[in-house]
Amino acid sequence: MMGVLSYVVFFTTVASILAIATLGLNLHWGNTGLFNGGVVAFFGAGAYATLILGAAPQPGQMGGFALVWPLALMGGLGVAGLMAWAVGVLTLRLRHDYLAIATFGAAVAFENLVRNAQWLSGGAQGVRGFSRPLYAAVGDPLLWNTGFLVLTLSLLAAVYLFLRRLVRSPFGRLLRAIREDETAARSLGKRPSRVRLAAFVTGAVIMGLAGGLYGTFYAFVSPQDVLPVLTFQIWAMLIVGGAGNMRGAVLGAFLIWAAWTASGFLLSRFAPVEWQLYTGSIQFILIGSVIVGMLLWRPQGLIPERLVVSQSGRTPT
Amino acid sequence: MLQSFVDGLLVGSILSLGAIGLTMVMHMLRFANFSHAELLSIGAYAALVFDGLFAALAPVLTVKLAPLSVTAALALAFLVSMGVTAVSAVAIDRLVFRRIRARGEELSMVFASFGVALIVRSVIGLTFGLHPQLYSREIVFAIVVSRDPLLLIKPDQVAVLVAAVAIMGVLHLVLSRTTFGFALRAVAENPQLAQVNGVNLRRMIASVWLIGGALAAAAGVFYAINNQMSPVMGRDLVLPIFAATIVGGIGSIYGALLGGFVVGLASSFALMLLPSGYSPAVPFLIIIAVLVLRPHGLFGEARA
Repeated sequence: MMGVLSYVVFFTTVASILAIATLGLNLHWGNTGLFNGGVVAFFGAGAYATLILGAAPQPGQMGGFALVWPLALMGGLGVAGLMAWAVGVLTLRLRHDYLAIATFGAAVAFENLVRNAQWLSGGAQGVRGFSRPLYAAVGDPLLWNTGFLVLTLSLLAAVYLFLRRLVRSPFGRLLRAIREDETAARSLGKRPSRVRLAAFVTGAVIMGLAGGLYGTFYAFVSPQDVLPVLTFQIWAMLIVGGAGNMRGAVLGAFLIWAAWTASGFLLSRFAPVEWQLYTGSIQFILIGSVIVGMLLWRPQGLIPERLVVSQSGRTPT
Repeated sequence: MLQSFVDGLLVGSILSLGAIGLTMVMHMLRFANFSHAELLSIGAYAALVFDGLFAALAPVLTVKLAPLSVTAALALAFLVSMGVTAVSAVAIDRLVFRRIRARGEELSMVFASFGVALIVRSVIGLTFGLHPQLYSREIVFAIVVSRDPLLLIKPDQVAVLVAAVAIMGVLHLVLSRTTFGFALRAVAENPQLAQVNGVNLRRMIASVWLIGGALAAAAGVFYAINNQMSPVMGRDLVLPIFAATIVGGIGSIYGALLGGFVVGLASSFALMLLPSGYSPAVPFLIIIAVLVLRPHGLFGEARA
């Protein structure tokens, strides 16, 4: 019974963290029409920066700042936002392919950097020396995990409410206006590249928050956590749930994460031994098929975006 | 220094062949196709299959084309693989991209291309195994061309470079001297106007995929001869190929050709400065440098 309970807590925590990242992607793709090919770079920046800033001093590794956790997390958000700003400034005024390629490249370069830069990130072994905040004070691991789940869920709710407010605000209307017809928005005196940059950085900071929570939950992050597959998973979550709809994004995150863990469990349990090496490939085919299949047959996702005319006085959800 | 230059040229010629097809697709269909590098894998593995098939059917073909490690069977398989990959490229377009294009969702095609890449890569991994493979197990010794500065070249490498340049030459003639080449460029410039002038758009799109696929197959086989093939070769090559298109300017065929060599040489020289572990990140640095210095690339034009 305790085993089931602790697994439910564990699963819900990870799914909620991924839901936060999916909400960040929804701001990029769903609301602004920006293609982020390197979600994992901003997620990873948040995770790495949080852990490096919060870690106790370690021999042969930069850092040892040992900041209190909320400050370390803020640093993680800052690094993710700064990275997005740098990529965005260079690409957002060019045609959309450039953002897709540059963000994808940023993710490859980020993974490469943390894998090789022993002095910065501990290389392939990952960041050492971070301990979960209040872990010793709480004592019981399950109790701590439950507390962390409560924190994660409240942050998910906070991000949700913040984004709902943002999307309903004049700024959100401007985002959709630019997404639908950039020339028209420009003719009204708006500056699409600046608005896009603001949305891009905001979304990346939210992904950084997800990464910071992820790193804190495991008290560890290594290059294995920032592989491209995470980007594809988060996309699948958004596409399945329905781009442009925040409830869809959260639903998609839970559904895809459940499907991913269940398929991994079933394959490891029931697939023949000689197939075990290939379970990764089978899961990749599943996630690829989900992305392509949804785009072909239900591009609006499970919960479609509700498009409204702003003047009617109704507000989109 | 000289060795880095020669190695860079060789890698560059392979990237050029990949980037030409990619930039044509990006120019005509206006989407960044992240599954293009998987066509290189399809090409390399198709050649592996047909190499084995031809060698089994006609053992005569297993003679080596001395001094290369390449057999007659592989040379034949190479040509077949270009055809197979070209047809696969069209098939992928028909199955996935054309349907999404029909709804007018350009950016959704980028998502779909990632999905296609994951599926193709994993199916190849499941079919052929995840381990790297070679066409020939024999070790071909490099010839010492010069001792000071040290320059080692394998005969295979010379053959690959010559073949790549020859393919580029043929492509140049087709694009600049034939009606088909003019039609292709017209469609890329202005699809509506080209159609008014009697160019069949659907056929042109299919031709772009055919050419892109055939060139990608050539690049894939050359890469496999030069290094080795593995199911993840597409993953490793996608960023350098994109970097080549950005250096040249997205949509410019000659830009992509030159861009491939620029990326190949830059990556090769970068290894003299950076530890080799950082080499996968070099294309990203090149992309950033181009975006800072010359955002539309060498030959690109500004187009929203």
